[in-house]
Amino acid sequence: MSAIEQRFGPYGGRYVPETLIGALDELTEAWEATREDPEYVARLDALRRDYIGRPTPLYLAERLSRRVGSRVYLKREDLAHTGAHKINNALGQTLLAQRMGKARIIAETGAGQHGVATATACALLGLECIVYMGTEDIRRQAPNVERMKLLGAEVAPVDAGARTLKEATSAAIRDWVANVETTHYVIGSAVGPAPYPVLVRDLQRVIGDEAREQSLAAEGSLPRRVIACVGGGSNAIGIFAPFIDDAEVELIGVEAGGDGIETGRHGASLNAGTTGVLHGSLSAIVADEDGQILEAHSVSAGLDYPGTGPQHAHLRDTGRAAYFPMTDAGALGALGELARLEGIIPALESSHAIAWLLENALEGEGFDVLCLSGRGDKDLAEYVRRTSEA
Amino acid sequence: MIAGEQRIRAAFDAARDEGRAALMPYMMAGFPDRESGLAVAAAYADAGADLVELGVPYADPLADGPVIHSAATVALDNGATLRTALETCEAIADKVPVVLMVYTNMVLAHGGGSEFAKLARAAGASGAIIPDLPLGEDEGIREAFVAEGLAMVPLVAPTTTDERRAAICKVAKGFVYVVSTVGTTGERGELPPELADLVAATKADAGETPVAVGFGIGTPAHAAEVGKAADGVIIGSRLVRAADEGGSPGGAAESVAEFLAEARVALAG
Repeated sequence: MSAIEQRFGPYGGRYVPETLIGALDELTEAWEATREDPEYVARLDALRRDYIGRPTPLYLAERLSRRVGSRVYLKREDLAHTGAHKINNALGQTLLAQRMGKARIIAETGAGQHGVATATACALLGLECIVYMGTEDIRRQAPNVERMKLLGAEVAPVDAGARTLKEATSAAIRDWVANVETTHYVIGSAVGPAPYPVLVRDLQRVIGDEAREQSLAAEGSLPRRVIACVGGGSNAIGIFAPFIDDAEVELIGVEAGGDGIETGRHGASLNAGTTGVLHGSLSAIVADEDGQILEAHSVSAGLDYPGTGPQHAHLRDTGRAAYFPMTDAGALGALGELARLEGIIPALESSHAIAWLLENALEGEGFDVLCLSGRGDKDLAEYVRRTSEA
Repeated sequence: MIAGEQRIRAAFDAARDEGRAALMPYMMAGFPDRESGLAVAAAYADAGADLVELGVPYADPLADGPVIHSAATVALDNGATLRTALETCEAIADKVPVVLMVYTNMVLAHGGGSEFAKLARAAGASGAIIPDLPLGEDEGIREAFVAEGLAMVPLVAPTTTDERRAAICKVAKGFVYVVSTVGTTGERGELPPELADLVAATKADAGETPVAVGFGIGTPAHAAEVGKAADGVIIGSRLVRAADEGGSPGGAAESVAEFLAEARVALAG
């Protein structure tokens, strides 16, 4: 495997206080040494199989396919333990932290999925776990707060700014600056200073590796399109990664269009943002003319983030992947539609990708693979509230 | 030597000639509002600051602790922008050298290194500290700032390796900023015992370039202790708190001037 990329084209880098540079160097070296270490790989593989429940199925959604008018397979990350792809990264990183001798784990969370996944992995490995969460998210996502506490984690409320994911991430980074010698920061998406975008991608790549193999087994060929939702972009980069060199496979990311790009209330940093620095890396972000990061807006807490991972910005620029916005209304509609067609309640995040597919059927031969990144139980209250308003 | 660097060096030299470390107060531009910020800046210039570190309000300041973070939030809520900081700089730059403390994204948003440096120079700034632009990420911006005559002040942390510290000191312009403790900005009850060694090692690497210490200095006694080893002492959160407690532009100015006078006596002692 090649060395860990510090940048993707111009994007990425390490825009962090000097205090963290040593820890980022240490993490880079540790991941380079660990990611192919047979003992680590064997342990991770066993836990993926027996604990997470991997491989997750690649499911031919026949009724959805008929509705769309082309063949669609769903990569069922919603069936992974804790109900989303987040556990792939959390487990891999906490195993790495344990090897590095760091007994204290910190994480940030928005909707709580990454927080629950990290709390779960810490319970499994017996590590101390502190999860930073904005007080607005604590209010909106009470069941996940209870889950984290039940799993033995401390939920640290963050009362700054809009009190959501951006502030929780900043608070976690500040904790890391202060406790860097004893602590590992498990970042939840393919964002942050190098080596995090690579570390998270490598750990989420299992989604794409399985999907590629399962596609070949089911159809004898690769999919025409691979479709995923993009907030920070970890499920998307995970499923894209093994297909990047397959030029015939289109890679499509769907980001939060919120109330519509034209309203300015969105989380579409790749379609309607600018280039800048957020949480330690240069990438596509949403900021004002003075350089202040703006609040993102999305019905889905997981896409409610004013930035995207650096590799996505590069894939956009090179034209290797295409990114489209999808509105809140589209996502809410798609959630209901998939529930009725397939008996699967998708997360609002994944519903953005489904909504895009419903409007963009594949033409000609072949099939699509869509990453169903998580299950939607967590979103029921929001779904009911938003759809009864309309 | 570039223009900004010369002016900064002269300030350190003048303090050294008086047998003390340079007094380098920090302030947040536009905090709690534009007028109070201007009053605090004027008070710094009049109360014997050797150099002023002027914070540009930023909503996501990763190197800052709760006091400065919250001050930035209040300043932004009250309408502060880069323009507010540049006006504040302009108001005092004739009297005292000013170094801007600004986060990378604001530099990029204002046209990048060269364009931003021109704005800063036009406002009379002598240098800049970019706390989220460590060595290795700073090439274009550092070169652009230096080309415009601005001193680019790098930071050294307790976690910086010996090799890296030497490389940082080699490219430093104006002074080297030693971060006293592992953590974000904010007052500490006591300073770490290893600080004296870190300052000595940095001075050895920095040669002629002055070495100033910041983060955690909350009392005149701290300032005096640090001033024995370092060429300059930066006081941040404690003064931001004082500015807030003033309650009005005049009150803020009075409150910070009082603390600065004490610190100055302590440094001279």
